[in-house]
Amino acid sequence: MSLVAAGSLECKFENAANPCGFPAAGSEIFFFDDLVSWNFLGTTVGINKVTILVAIAVVMVLGFFLYAFRRPQVVPKGAQNLGETGYLFIRDSIARDVIGKEGDKFVPLLFSFFFLVWSFNVLGIIPFAQFPITSVFAIPVAFALIVYFTWVPLGIYRQGFGGFFKGMLFPPGVPKPMYILLSPIEFISNIIVRPFTHAVRLFANMFAGHLLLATFSIAAYYLLSFTVIGLLGSVASFTMAVALTAFELLIQALQAYIFTLLTAVYISGALHAEH
Amino acid sequence: MSNFLTGQLMAAGGENEPMPSVLAVPIDELVVGLLAFFIVFGVLAKVALPKIREALAARTDAIEGGLRKAEEAQAEAQRALEEYRAALASAREEAAAIRTQAQADRAAIVEEARNEARAAAAAVTAQAEAQLAAERAQATSQLTRQVGEVAVALAGKVVGQTLTDDARVKATVDSFLADLESQVAQREAGR
Repeated sequence: MSLVAAGSLECKFENAANPCGFPAAGSEIFFFDDLVSWNFLGTTVGINKVTILVAIAVVMVLGFFLYAFRRPQVVPKGAQNLGETGYLFIRDSIARDVIGKEGDKFVPLLFSFFFLVWSFNVLGIIPFAQFPITSVFAIPVAFALIVYFTWVPLGIYRQGFGGFFKGMLFPPGVPKPMYILLSPIEFISNIIVRPFTHAVRLFANMFAGHLLLATFSIAAYYLLSFTVIGLLGSVASFTMAVALTAFELLIQALQAYIFTLLTAVYISGALHAEH
Repeated sequence: MSNFLTGQLMAAGGENEPMPSVLAVPIDELVVGLLAFFIVFGVLAKVALPKIREALAARTDAIEGGLRKAEEAQAEAQRALEEYRAALASAREEAAAIRTQAQADRAAIVEEARNEARAAAAAVTAQAEAQLAAERAQATSQLTRQVGEVAVALAGKVVGQTLTDDARVKATVDSFLADLESQVAQREAGR
């Protein structure tokens, strides 16, 4: 406390246990109180910041694309041009590249996932929102469950129950005894772990990014004092927060892309038996 | 107790409730996530995306239609060029055939004319020879007859006069011969 507290005459954070200690951001920054709540069928249902941000993101995504594609012209301009770039990116770079000629059928699904996840992520660096909704674990879990309950029934429908599991658990080109080892691993990795990693990959990236941003933002404020150490520390922290914000912008798009790409890969695997 | 803008629970891990795990999945948040997706998916899949898909398909059609039209026009031009070339080639062939035919005709005509001329010349020659022969025959017969007459006249004259006068006989014979010669010369000139 000595170096920092020497210049600053007041403690910026009140904490009975550790006066003037650094209030490092913890998991508490991912929980919000209900702003409004009411009783619904015996349980308490409330609206908190997450709910509001989800609603805003949904409205923004729908609003933009309904506006952009309201009267599409053969020669695009303005918002249509922008929306079309997104549509063609999903259709050509993800659906057609990964799934193949059947990919067009899954464009709405992939399109919805990409732009919803991206908008949820981007809220992490939008002033006043400043919270990536995908860092609430239930949200990626909900998305991963939708994907899981899309590709598993799809695979069974297309390849038959036996064919689907045979293709997954007994990949061809492996010596027969290896199946004793391989099949349980394939089962666990594809059926059990896959939806979990699909959700956790997105969640953990957004969670860690938000934690980093919060930590450096708090540090920039906490260290700010009119001493050399205080200014250096504060400016360095602030610079770091800005740099991380730029980095987050990249990660947000990248994670949305990866989530969507994996969705396409799973669907593709369900459509065509591995060989 | 909480601040909407800074966001967190102030009493984190504090007085009332224990801090839940960040890996907890409360049903209500799960439902919010599912609802958010299905609303977005439903509206985009039913309303927004079909429109842009149609517009893109129309654009593809327009581009492909333009290309097809251009290809058709090119093929048409190519076909016209082929036809033109074929027509030109056949016209040239025809011209060559006509020229060959004309040459053949000319040769035939010339040959025919020559033959006719030859035939005419032969006819004329034959006629002239025939006439000549006829005239000669006529002249010969006439001469023969006249020589006879002359001989008779001469004989009469010779007999009528006295043969003593040698000079007169000689003169008579001379004048007879001169007569004869002039007559022959006249006949020759008459031919």
